[in-house]
Amino acid sequence: MAATEIRITGLGGQGVILCGYIIGKAASIYNEQHATLTQSFGPEARGSACSAQVIVSDQRVLYPYVTAPQILVAMSNDGYKKYKDTLAAESILVYEKDLVKPEGGGDGVRMFGIPATRFAEELGRKIVLNIVMLGFFGAVTDLMPVEALRKAVETSVPAGTEELNLKAFDEGYEYGVKLLEESKAST
Amino acid sequence: MKADPQNVLTGAHYLDGNYAIAEGAIAAGCKFFAGYPITPSTEIAERVSRRFPLIGGIFVQMEDELASMAAILGASWGGKKSMSCTSGPGFSLMMENFGLGIMLETPCVLVNVQRGGPSTGLPTLPGQADMMQARWGSHGDYEVIALAPDSPQEGFELTIHAFNLSEKYRMPVLLMTDECVGHMTEKVIIPPPEEIELIERRYTDKKPGEAWPYQENELISPMLPVGEGYKFHITGLTHDYRGYPVINAEAQAENVDRLMAKVKENVDDLTWLEEKDVEDAEVVVVSYGISSRVVQPAIAKAREEGIKVGQIKMVTVWPFPEKRIRELAGKVKALIMVEMNYGQVYLEMDRCAAGRCETYICGHAGGTVHDPGSVYSTIKDAVK
Repeated sequence: MAATEIRITGLGGQGVILCGYIIGKAASIYNEQHATLTQSFGPEARGSACSAQVIVSDQRVLYPYVTAPQILVAMSNDGYKKYKDTLAAESILVYEKDLVKPEGGGDGVRMFGIPATRFAEELGRKIVLNIVMLGFFGAVTDLMPVEALRKAVETSVPAGTEELNLKAFDEGYEYGVKLLEESKAST
Repeated sequence: MKADPQNVLTGAHYLDGNYAIAEGAIAAGCKFFAGYPITPSTEIAERVSRRFPLIGGIFVQMEDELASMAAILGASWGGKKSMSCTSGPGFSLMMENFGLGIMLETPCVLVNVQRGGPSTGLPTLPGQADMMQARWGSHGDYEVIALAPDSPQEGFELTIHAFNLSEKYRMPVLLMTDECVGHMTEKVIIPPPEEIELIERRYTDKKPGEAWPYQENELISPMLPVGEGYKFHITGLTHDYRGYPVINAEAQAENVDRLMAKVKENVDDLTWLEEKDVEDAEVVVVSYGISSRVVQPAIAKAREEGIKVGQIKMVTVWPFPEKRIRELAGKVKALIMVEMNYGQVYLEMDRCAAGRCETYICGHAGGTVHDPGSVYSTIKDAVK
């Protein structure tokens, strides 16, 4: 497999960096791949648009920065707008349905939306929206076995919150699986 | 000696370069850290401050970088393996006491997570423009040892190596990394403690009253333990083996010659190069740290086109691998230095090439790593 470039974008505080960390950890620790995570630092990353970049590959990642992501995970509209034009052709957009308004899918971009914040609120903790997004990401991208991602969630979230986070992950995953089945049925 | 199991987080971790450096220090037996947090090095201090209380280490957040450097020298004389970390502006402030560490012959490790400069520059973006400051930043004549990791994994391993060299040569050792490696998260394998070889401090076997802080006619003297009855004096002034000031040209020659000879006579032991496809190469790309990594796609592309290009990665940048560069200069068409500055280590390479081959600098002001395209263009220029 060639390298897959992933960018996760959202607002500071939404768990953007943790989301990237979990994808990278899942690939490199639980799926025997290489994964390099870099993140945007700076005062502009607090409370406004911030992003994490992960490159997943079967070979060592030599150039560490994402240039044309095959997958963009957008949790805020500002973040989406900032990075939408960097999406490579035939890429995947994974977005928070209530927060991001995608503007068409040029160049064969496949788009998958989930109301992750609502799911998280129904679970009682809005803070797990990033983990709902991750479960959904696992279902619609097929980048790695879902178990690798799930294991990385379990070992990355604060002790005592594993159950809640895994529930959030599973809900996002199931929503994604259902969405894929529906889109297959309709084509 | 092997690492202490209580200090080693054996296993596969997903860590950023700064955390990996902190774990390397802890695995090496570092038990004293003094620092003044500065981006992009702060995560080292953060990790150490959280881990040290669990393993009996001492973490002190100092009032500034002058004091930080002084504190790690004091702690080292007090018997602990010690370290500090900083970035550009802090590195400048540490330079005077870094020189004191050289003069007193004090083992310790100083990490510089380089950002763009000069002055405040680019706190959150990478650079490699402190390399000549690492070499010559403190006043006076001296030699230094500086290592450059290209990844979090090497951050872990080279920090241990830095501690070992600092004990072996009884001097401060620099780990010159950069923001990209410091903030990059990757898999880091921490081996079992029995696979981590450590060099421990050599102490005198003489009795109190018979031992001096330096030994006559000895290149690298064992140290004197504190709290065991040894009374001794050390000073940043030029001194003789007894540690007392002697202010004349003869003592200066003896003292400074020895400080320099410790490194100069051991260049072969200190030089650590990783070479690839150099044997048949017409052009060799020389680089270090993160730059040695991002040049590889460019080299691979040029190789695919039939250009005979090889690579040298300098794991130790100082002392400079003079002998190897001189050898290669007589064989290849061109040497290319790739570094995130406008040609600092390049000048050393050019000096050693001595006109026997072409030399090129592929450099920029920092703020991002090299675009492999710029390296590829330089390779094409060099084979024209």
